Amino acid sequence: MKKFSFLLFLFLTSCKFSSDYTPARIEGKQLQITDSIPADESLSEFIQPYKENIDREMNQVLSYSSFDLTKRDGELNTAIGNMMADAVMELSNPVFKSRTGNSIDIVLLNHGGIRSSISKGPVTTRTAYQVMPFENEVVVAKMNGKYVRQMVHYLIDAGTAHPVSGLKLEIGKDNSIKKVLIKGQPLEDNKDYYVATNDYLLNGGDNMVFFSNASEVTDLDYKIRNLLMDYFKQQDTIAPVRDYRFIRIN
Amino acid sequence: MKRRAFLKSSAAAGAFAGAGSLGLLSFTASKNLKHITILHTNDVHSHIEPFEKDHSQYPGMGGAARRYTLIESIRKENQNTLLLDAGDIFQGTPFFNFYGGELEFKLMSKMGYDAATIGNHDFDNGIEGLYAQLPHAEFQFLSANYDFSNTIMEGRVKPYQVFLKDGIKIGVFGLGIELEGLVGKDLYKETEYLDPLEIAKETVKKLKQDEKCQIVICLSHLGYSYRSEKISDMKLAQQTKDIDLIIGGHTHTFLPQPTIAQNSEGKNVLINQVGWAGVNLGRIDFYLDDSGNVDSTGATIIV
Repeated sequence: MKKFSFLLFLFLTSCKFSSDYTPARIEGKQLQITDSIPADESLSEFIQPYKENIDREMNQVLSYSSFDLTKRDGELNTAIGNMMADAVMELSNPVFKSRTGNSIDIVLLNHGGIRSSISKGPVTTRTAYQVMPFENEVVVAKMNGKYVRQMVHYLIDAGTAHPVSGLKLEIGKDNSIKKVLIKGQPLEDNKDYYVATNDYLLNGGDNMVFFSNASEVTDLDYKIRNLLMDYFKQQDTIAPVRDYRFIRIN
Repeated sequence: MKRRAFLKSSAAAGAFAGAGSLGLLSFTASKNLKHITILHTNDVHSHIEPFEKDHSQYPGMGGAARRYTLIESIRKENQNTLLLDAGDIFQGTPFFNFYGGELEFKLMSKMGYDAATIGNHDFDNGIEGLYAQLPHAEFQFLSANYDFSNTIMEGRVKPYQVFLKDGIKIGVFGLGIELEGLVGKDLYKETEYLDPLEIAKETVKKLKQDEKCQIVICLSHLGYSYRSEKISDMKLAQQTKDIDLIIGGHTHTFLPQPTIAQNSEGKNVLINQVGWAGVNLGRIDFYLDDSGNVDSTGATIIV
């Protein structure tokens, strides 16, 4: 009898081809991963050395900030933005010069690219990752003066504190240009200038379409974040200020 | 059986404890019932650790080790479970900056992921960067509409895979978003993007007719929906047939519950996406019946 039922079972199962099956009922839901779920220990232990290694490096103190730096402390230039643009000028120029024999005239970054404020106190590797989490690299665009003028108009129209270095720009209340100097000299339409920026902006990010007119581009293979870390390491204390490089006058 | 769509607000906090208990309560149409569970994530973006306790949006949420606890508890309940990811595994925390995705892949392998599709951010260290981490991935990459023929990824990505669970054939295929304009050409190199809609139709036909799959799942990184004409999971669902479930990504969409859309034949398609950063795990339970009583309009869906 037992044997018979076993055979019957075999017979039935072999008749039931799985391909007869169709979804009859489907249930769907989202399950939240909250702290009420205990962490799996084997996985936590596996992660731990990676985390410790990152923390060790991230917590490394590179410099010290004398005060809180935010990108909202000025209308057309900010202390943190000035620091970043000046750092790019200071640290990229030797690399550019050694590769091409030329010098960077202007640095232009974007205000939106400052991803975090810097708090008063120790400046760490983590600070650099927070300010610049992206992998963008420094590039230098060779631009004719007339396109640099387009860039100046972009800056005026944007009315935003996009970080600049090497450029002095004074505008009136009506947005008219009162003064525009490149490394202390008047902007000339028939001269070529070397503008350092990052690869995101070079490719038209933040609507910086004027970069498409670059006649030559040099990649420095230098990540902005690494540059910032190198800059911080050189400075015992950072204390950048808002200044007069891009201002509105009466 | 008539098609019904019960809309039930998912009390997510209680879902962990009571997840599977609803399963068979009111369902007695057939004695030969098979139960397949699909678990899924998308856009985890290197979020290996939970968010800080004081995080403004997701305080203390997420974390790979907790996700694994939940996955294991569901596997104990139903061993016929598949674990899938809809792409953008990479980029978002220093874990990626430091290790290039190695830890992400190793953890997914330990968690027993079965397959993943490729998101735009998975190209962030270039196609070489993705290739370099493949030895750490013990799960299959699926993409039917990225042609890697002229890249180093050639032969490393399948268009689809058929999984067999409890005698049920589950066909899973991958779809990726258009890379041009989203990812630098220097990163994705000669990867060719093919029309997702056409490819989906061909692939589903193959899975249904040649492979005889009873469940067809699309693992998509196209995005949930757009105002523009851009192809999305919603459009894909409406313009194809024979897809049972679309697991989405890219748009970081948090849905209160999975969406029920109608396909080109008026049948139900389930679309689910679970936000990002590993804050949620999606769970879809398929109950399959061999009684032949299932209405031509498709399965009863409860979300």
